[in-house]
Amino acid sequence: MINWLTQIVSVTKFSLQSLPERKGAALSAIFGIAGVVAVLVGVLSIAQGIRLMVQNSGEPENAIVLRSGSDSEMMSGFSGQQAEIVSEAPGIARWEQGAMASPELFVIINLPKRSTGTDANVPLRGVSLAAFEVRSNLEITQGRMFQWGLAELVVGAGASREFTGLELGSSIEVGGEQWPVVGIFEAGGGIAEGEIWADAAVVQPAYRRGNSYQSVYTKLTSTDAYSEFKDALTTDPRLNVKVAQATEFYSEQSTLLRSIIIGLGSIIAGLMGLGAIFGALNTMYTAVSARTREIATLRALGFKSGPVVISVLFESLLLALVGGLIGGGLAYVAFDGFRAATINFQSFSQIAFAFDVNATLLKNGILYAALIGLVGGLFPALRAARMPVAAALREG
Amino acid sequence: MSQDNGLLVDVRGVDKVFKRGAEKIHVLGGLDLEIPEGEFLALMGPSGSGKSTLLNLIGGLDKPTQGEVHVAGKRIDKLSDRKLASWRARHVGLVFQFYNLLPVLSAARNVELPLLLTRLNSKQRKQQVDTAMTIVGLSHRMKHYPRTLSGGEQQRVGIARAIVTDPTLLLCDEPTGDLDRKAGDEVLELLQTLNESQGKTIVMVTHDPHAAARASRTLYLDKGQLGEEPIE
Ligand SMILES: Nc1ncnc2c1ncn2[C@@H]1O[C@H](COP(=O)(O)OP(=O)(O)O)[C@@H](O)[C@H]1O
Ligand SMILES: [Mg+2]
Repeated sequence: MINWLTQIVSVTKFSLQSLPERKGAALSAIFGIAGVVAVLVGVLSIAQGIRLMVQNSGEPENAIVLRSGSDSEMMSGFSGQQAEIVSEAPGIARWEQGAMASPELFVIINLPKRSTGTDANVPLRGVSLAAFEVRSNLEITQGRMFQWGLAELVVGAGASREFTGLELGSSIEVGGEQWPVVGIFEAGGGIAEGEIWADAAVVQPAYRRGNSYQSVYTKLTSTDAYSEFKDALTTDPRLNVKVAQATEFYSEQSTLLRSIIIGLGSIIAGLMGLGAIFGALNTMYTAVSARTREIATLRALGFKSGPVVISVLFESLLLALVGGLIGGGLAYVAFDGFRAATINFQSFSQIAFAFDVNATLLKNGILYAALIGLVGGLFPALRAARMPVAAALREG
Repeated sequence: MSQDNGLLVDVRGVDKVFKRGAEKIHVLGGLDLEIPEGEFLALMGPSGSGKSTLLNLIGGLDKPTQGEVHVAGKRIDKLSDRKLASWRARHVGLVFQFYNLLPVLSAARNVELPLLLTRLNSKQRKQQVDTAMTIVGLSHRMKHYPRTLSGGEQQRVGIARAIVTDPTLLLCDEPTGDLDRKAGDEVLELLQTLNESQGKTIVMVTHDPHAAARASRTLYLDKGQLGEEPIE
């Protein structure tokens, strides 16, 4: 057994020592695999970034009320009177101005994206006084807060970055008039950073909404108050609403998007992975055939075929791991923190987020590379081992 | 090591048939060969007559289609590939026409290769390598890489590698086939010395009657059979 180990170590050493003679093929395998891993990690970092953003969007003691049967704020709607009733439900936390409940409007406006110049949907949210109490992590970082009752806007940092006309001091057309951007806010990277906010009471007439709303955002006294709150609303005969916890709501809002990205990403990475396997396969077949005589000589001298198989697999694995590290590194340098916006298919509006390359993604990318290397090395390794010694010696 | 009858190699009624697609190539048919211990045997015959094939059967690199191969009292034609590999490492020294040295290893490392299959430690291995390199007259070329050596020197490294484990049997397939006359003579001189002063049993395939003249006996292979006389 000691002997077997020596054989593995020495055969592997010989094969690695001859690697410089096969530089071209080795490098192309390494970079092929690096490309696959970079794409895989890059795509998954989008899904991860969205997940992170969604996680930062909802506070657990917040609840969102929509008309029952509506999947998103877009589809929802109820009267000001009903919004009033919701605000009086038990379990809602209070501040100086009353209940921490913000009836809100949600409309979509079209603005050109900075990156492409083409129009895309940006959510404009009309909020009530309590909105800034309900979202406690919201903070004006540039300019000032809009004045209640005036046609002024504050813009999320993500939206401001992604769209033209949303920088501080400029103005955009809302309902036929120019509304100035008076402030930029941040919300811990959450979904609100992709939105434009204004006073709901000013947005209502601009969009001829009368006294109607689409949602009520509330902060409850604690997470334990949720079921009482929910029961009170869903059993109230004057209302026809559904209630969701904010964390749940946001994660549901992005499930479709994330599944699409992960699905597409996996298909792309899968196809590229297949390509890379053939690349590795080709490299290792070339390596084995270039070394036919050498391998045959070793086996003629009495080296067993097991060590030969392992040495070929090891070389393939090593090339793949180098490729995986390069690819993961590239993805990290290129994508981590990279900011982007995409359409959310559930709200048909843009959401802004940052790619997130984390350790788990990198680990998975490198594991994927290892898998490509092992599969790509397996058949060439078996061929090297199965070559009849006498016939292989003739080939050299 | 030898059998009671003093034979080191005993090949009995051996057939060797190669399949190439649907075609069958009968290379050896009912071949017998007895080699006493200590002999230096030359095998001659036309190209493609099966000399290398016969050498491979004796060296356990291939198995006969039919018949038996006994070496040093052991029947080797029925051994598994794994067992044969270990058997070769212990009993056979191989010398190839094109030397088959590993280009990434120095001369000394090449010679050390077969010792990696033994239980010797590195100090013992170094000692054996030194001895073998001295025997072939290359103790001053230990650290040289194959591409920096002449053909004759490379073949002497090949011979050092073949004898470093002190094998039962030395099998040489056209060892001078790629060398000029002078280098070839040195190699033959060396083989002759190994046979005469160390008692090594050697089987050497060659095309060259001049080389065969160094051997203690010459056999001619043709049409799958061995004979004492060259065939016209
Ligand atoms: N592994 C093999 N597969 C198929 N045919 C082979 C194989 N080895 C040898 N042969 C054939 O057997 C014949 C004898 O070959 P060989 O023993 O190399 O001859 P020699 O060494 O006398 O020139 C040749 O016709 C050769 O083509
Ligand atoms: Mg031959």
